[in-house]
Amino acid sequence: MLKIQNLTKVYMPANVRALEDVTFDVPKGQFLAVIGLSGSGKSTLLRCINRLVEPTSGKIFLDGQDVTVANAEELRRVRRKIGMVFQHFNLVHRSSVLTNVLAGRLGYTNPAWSLINRFPKADIEKARYQLERVGIGDKTHQRADALSGGQQQRVGIARALMQDPEIILADEPVASLDPVLAHSIMQYLEKINAEDGVTVICSLHFLDLVHRYAHRAIALNAGRVVFDGLPKEIDDERFKEIYGQEAERVG
Amino acid sequence: MKTPKILKSILLGLAILLALVIYAYGFQVTKVNLEETREPRRQMQLTRILRALVRPDIFTYEKEEFTVSLPIYTPCSAEAEALPEPIADSPYMVMSPTCADPSTEVTVEGFNFEPNTTGPLNFIPPSGVSLQMGTITTDNDGHFVATVKLPKRPDTVAQEIRAITRRNVGGPMFSKNAKDTWEKIIETVFLALLATTFGVAIAIPISFVAARNIMTPITSPFTSIAISILLIPVGIVAGGFVAGKLHTLADLMTGSIWGALAGVIGTPVLMWFIFRWAVPPIEDEPPTRFERIARPIAIFFTSLLGILFLYLVSSLAIQFGKALIVPLGGLGFLGKFIASLGDILMTLIPVVTALAGAGVLGGFAGRVGQWVVEHSSHSANRITNLVLGGLAGAALFAIIGAGINWLYQIDNAWTTFGIPAIVGAIGGVILAGFLSRTATLPIGFFIYSLTRTLLNGMRSIESLVMVIIFAVWVGIGPFAGVLALALHTIASNAKLYSEQVEGIMAGPLEAITATGANRLQTIIYAVIPQIVPPYISYTMYRWDINVRMSTIIGFAGGGGIGFLLQQNINLLNYRAASTQMLAIAIVVASMDYLSSKLREKAI
Repeated sequence: MLKIQNLTKVYMPANVRALEDVTFDVPKGQFLAVIGLSGSGKSTLLRCINRLVEPTSGKIFLDGQDVTVANAEELRRVRRKIGMVFQHFNLVHRSSVLTNVLAGRLGYTNPAWSLINRFPKADIEKARYQLERVGIGDKTHQRADALSGGQQQRVGIARALMQDPEIILADEPVASLDPVLAHSIMQYLEKINAEDGVTVICSLHFLDLVHRYAHRAIALNAGRVVFDGLPKEIDDERFKEIYGQEAERVG
Repeated sequence: MKTPKILKSILLGLAILLALVIYAYGFQVTKVNLEETREPRRQMQLTRILRALVRPDIFTYEKEEFTVSLPIYTPCSAEAEALPEPIADSPYMVMSPTCADPSTEVTVEGFNFEPNTTGPLNFIPPSGVSLQMGTITTDNDGHFVATVKLPKRPDTVAQEIRAITRRNVGGPMFSKNAKDTWEKIIETVFLALLATTFGVAIAIPISFVAARNIMTPITSPFTSIAISILLIPVGIVAGGFVAGKLHTLADLMTGSIWGALAGVIGTPVLMWFIFRWAVPPIEDEPPTRFERIARPIAIFFTSLLGILFLYLVSSLAIQFGKALIVPLGGLGFLGKFIASLGDILMTLIPVVTALAGAGVLGGFAGRVGQWVVEHSSHSANRITNLVLGGLAGAALFAIIGAGINWLYQIDNAWTTFGIPAIVGAIGGVILAGFLSRTATLPIGFFIYSLTRTLLNGMRSIESLVMVIIFAVWVGIGPFAGVLALALHTIASNAKLYSEQVEGIMAGPLEAITATGANRLQTIIYAVIPQIVPPYISYTMYRWDINVRMSTIIGFAGGGGIGFLLQQNINLLNYRAASTQMLAIAIVVASMDYLSSKLREKAI
């Protein structure tokens, strides 16, 4: 369903080549892990898919539609099918949990209605349901910054789910959480992947998480794909290819 | 290369010398004069003003006046009648000697006066015009002694020495000055309140335009910008025209009370139904071709209805408010307020409509331009760009030329219209030829820079100077002060606010954008929640500053307590001025405290 062809991103004016000729396909329903060192281009890759970052060249096809040439209105329709979960949760701190979750519907809501801060009843019901689903139904009316890190990330997931996404892009979703919470968040993503059939593309730092949750792994090094295969195929030799000769395995 | 030590020392010496010269010149131009400060005459004046300042004119008493007369002869005359003997129990005066030549010094002694009073000691010739010889101050026993010189008014008949003393009766009352001060300090506080309200209301929308992170992502292809430049003036004129027509219609409807009521109730209902159809809450499917065309038309008609509704409301408010002034009596200012609100609304409608017209046509131009870039062939687009570039350049420069002509009254069509249009056209064509067809121009950044420059320019003019222009426009008084302070508030707060917008966390912005939200939705859901506390805080701070400013804005004709203060200083009435200074100090200090408390609450 997602095809990425020869994707290249060069950050100007510093001329940093963040992605170099990246090509891969993601079939529907896959849990794909993207690994690599910090600065290897994982975040840029994910952000190119929903064009938070404009690709320099190459094509991205979502269900046959070329995302890279979509105009403003088409892009809105593309983006609302792609949920995104962030390392730092990116919640609006002063807004309530409910409002944060409802923001996931903005791609569907008429901007004129947003002007008066109105969401349809069905959306509000849906938001409550998604909050129940990630286990924080009791926090609905609290301010987002009153929640702990793990709870905030669950709000982030609920927000992505509000979009009825076909794909969820998770940019290091557990990097700011302790190992116990990390597993809990990954299990929610796993559950969404399994139950709703949502394709998940998740960048991760810890290989044990990759082994435990991902169907497939792609490794980036300096913007190039250096590995594409099953997580269990990453042996010591592959590991050094991905992370460099000096690297040592932890965990 | 290392500078040699000796050279360093010489340079340092020169720098010190230079500093000395600079300060010496500073002393010269600011006329530092220590001689003057030591002069006894000056020191006495300083003492006097300080003593006046510490005795603010706040309280006054009812006064009772006592007059005591002493008939005398000057010069002494033999055939003089015997003067009446004083009655020992009531107040009386004695002059020694009992008669004297004019222009000689005599001693006047008073007994049984009111203790501790002061008053003038006058000489009354037969003409009745009193000449003051001196003042008297009685001691605890009501006794005084004064040595005075008799005036040069010889006469054969008895003349009179008259002492007048005053005594306070009853408790203290507020003096007239205190009452005036009270009235003006209230005016000052409200002046600041209104200036802050008006200024902030305009500064908030401007602050978004002046925020780099909001504006820089806005880019537009050349074709779009050129069409926008051509269509925006059309939009402004069309908007103003539509507003004018609707105003006439509204006037017709408000001619009868039933027409007005039907309009005020009918238009919102109609608007609601059209709105429900034209703006569905959810956009599930892409709109059909029919909806694509019909919906904007419907929204256009809703907007017309909306403008009509606002006109009806404002005109009703004016009528209703004016009708209320008399029956409300003491609260008549409420009626006046309603009428003023209606008037403000009515003044704003054409402005807003013109801006909306510009916005609608500008947005439409952007889409048309985008469509042209996407759907026309390379060479066709090049040619349209050259043509549009020429036209837009000519239009833009002609408008600027017209502005210059209005200011300088050159009134020469060739220099103010012809030359700018040609220069603009050439510039536009060159730009169009120079740019690549699909290149997008950073129009957002341009608008941001322009806004910032204007704000910086406006901020550098103090409101004390601005008020002079407004005093000419609306007359000397608090309203001129309100306008001047409001303008300054716009300039400074728009900048402060925009810096808050620039300082928001980028994460939520990114997250909301990723959901498919458009720019407006992103601002509402990611930007506004983050900037509410600093906006409140800066608004309070500005109110505080405006109270401070409004205390002196009267110096330049802006009304408020400054007006009174300046008047009293000019009249050398320092005790009255002291009252006003005291009032300013109290208000500023309490405002300072209040605003800091409220700001703590807001964050």
